[in-house]
Amino acid sequence: MYSQGLIGADGRSTETPEFLEAFQRRIDAEEKIEPNDPMPEGYRRTLVRQIGQHAHSEIVGMLPEGNWISRAPSLKRKAALLAKVQDEGGHGLYLYSAAETLGVSREEMTEELHSGKAKYSSIFNYPTLSWADIGVIGWLVDGAAIMNQIPLCRCSFGPYARAMIRVCKEESFHQRQGYEIVMTLARGTPEQKEMAQDALNRWWWPSLMMFGPHDADSQHSDQSMKWKIKRFTNDQLRQQFIDATVPQAEYLGLTVPDPDLAWNPEKNAGKGGYDHGPIDWDEFWRVVKGHGPMARDRIRDRRRAWDKGAWVREAARAHAAKRAARARPIAAE
Amino acid sequence: MSEALKQAVLELADDHLILGHRLSEWCGHAPMLEEDLALPNMALDLIGSARTLYGYAARLEGQGRSEDDMAYLRTEREYLNCLLVERPNRDFAHTMLRQLYFAAFMEPYWQAALSSRDELVVGVAGKAAKEMAYHIRHAGEWVIRLGDGTEESTRRMREAVEDLHLYTPELFAASPAAAACAEEGLLPDRAALRPAWERTIAMIFDEALLEAPEVPFPREGGRQGLHGEELGHLLAEMQWAQRVYPGAQW
Repeated sequence: MYSQGLIGADGRSTETPEFLEAFQRRIDAEEKIEPNDPMPEGYRRTLVRQIGQHAHSEIVGMLPEGNWISRAPSLKRKAALLAKVQDEGGHGLYLYSAAETLGVSREEMTEELHSGKAKYSSIFNYPTLSWADIGVIGWLVDGAAIMNQIPLCRCSFGPYARAMIRVCKEESFHQRQGYEIVMTLARGTPEQKEMAQDALNRWWWPSLMMFGPHDADSQHSDQSMKWKIKRFTNDQLRQQFIDATVPQAEYLGLTVPDPDLAWNPEKNAGKGGYDHGPIDWDEFWRVVKGHGPMARDRIRDRRRAWDKGAWVREAARAHAAKRAARARPIAAE
Repeated sequence: MSEALKQAVLELADDHLILGHRLSEWCGHAPMLEEDLALPNMALDLIGSARTLYGYAARLEGQGRSEDDMAYLRTEREYLNCLLVERPNRDFAHTMLRQLYFAAFMEPYWQAALSSRDELVVGVAGKAAKEMAYHIRHAGEWVIRLGDGTEESTRRMREAVEDLHLYTPELFAASPAAAACAEEGLLPDRAALRPAWERTIAMIFDEALLEAPEVPFPREGGRQGLHGEELGHLLAEMQWAQRVYPGAQW
């Protein structure tokens, strides 16, 4: 799960205007750009960064949900959550592979995650405090990710677009599964309903922040749109998300924690939509800059897993080398 | 007979759930991304079999209990899993060896169970035999890589063998309930599977440069609900929600 947040295109270029124009013509003709095609360095750098951040988000995202695997309240939920977290890992693997087609290795990307150089979706720097958080993450966080990722299925870079098709199918399943968890809680005991409301209260605003700053404050957004890496602006996607989600909350009998939320029939060119209250951008920038409640823990956990696994990876390499050495004389005969 | 079958099925279900839970503890913390996918996969196989088996045990009991009642509302002393599966993950060497020991037993077990007189057992066996075959492959390959890898991995693998081998004889011991089921042709005879298990282990250990130690004093007791200290912690965590919110539906 991932949402565009702060990704901006890297428009620096040393290419000739003719080259850039020819490239833009391919983009405008909706041709897919493939790994071996000529492309501006800025386009390549932007995609490496975006796909890398997306992959890191999937990997770090395994942690807050993984926090509830051992305490899942029923065997069915335990199996579904395990499968879901496994899916996220699979998305990570898939995306690292897509990024590798652009000439960067998974090891380099991992190193950048661990050093703090590469970012990941800041939503994962919030803690999962109750079982209801698992439901609400599926419903809201995966829901927000889908809003962003559906247009990415049409992204101009072929491997990324194709990866997104499968990822979106799985995310949409996660989203429904999350909603079903919240529905079960909302229709459960008073304690369960309270748990669901509390989770909605804590995750609502961070979910809206997943779409990134307002369009007016979003750097480099234009270049990404021009290259058709991005198809909608942050505010457009956020609005779509709110309009889809508010009725879902109402259906559950839960209250969206925004006193300013109101139906506005004029919105969306007369189709109607919800006005919402102000987003706390101080919190947004604080969390983006690495001061989210779980930021240090998440990276520490990732690093620890990596460091603790170093001897395993070394052993696998050493064993493979021994095998190759043993096979060589036979091959030479 | 259904009382014996219920108990023997519970023993199997507990083995699968506890080992599945142990594997699931790795999720997100594995040495490499591929293992972050593989470990939950194996955990899901085990938990899947456990669910079917708990449901069956509950039906045999006929008291209206559910699979979740079986898993979440029994105490340490009522859990009947063998001790091997509850051993903590420790490190990747311990985890892979534990998996190999278990799967190398369960693969021939489920193969034999394909000719059970009990339809549900045959159903579980059909799926589980294939799963156990790939668990042997996956865990076995790791045992070989680590056993014949670096100095450190060899040391860790040997330590795992020292720590875990003494829990393996319990795999072949039948509780009175399991013995009764074997006699009736409902479940396989555990002791008869020893040669197959030993062949698999010997083959893998040979490549992994490991030796199976003698076990003068095997650790047993799981089938009587006599566990190590670690199981209580596992259950305290796993059963938490069901214990704190009794009667709630999830």
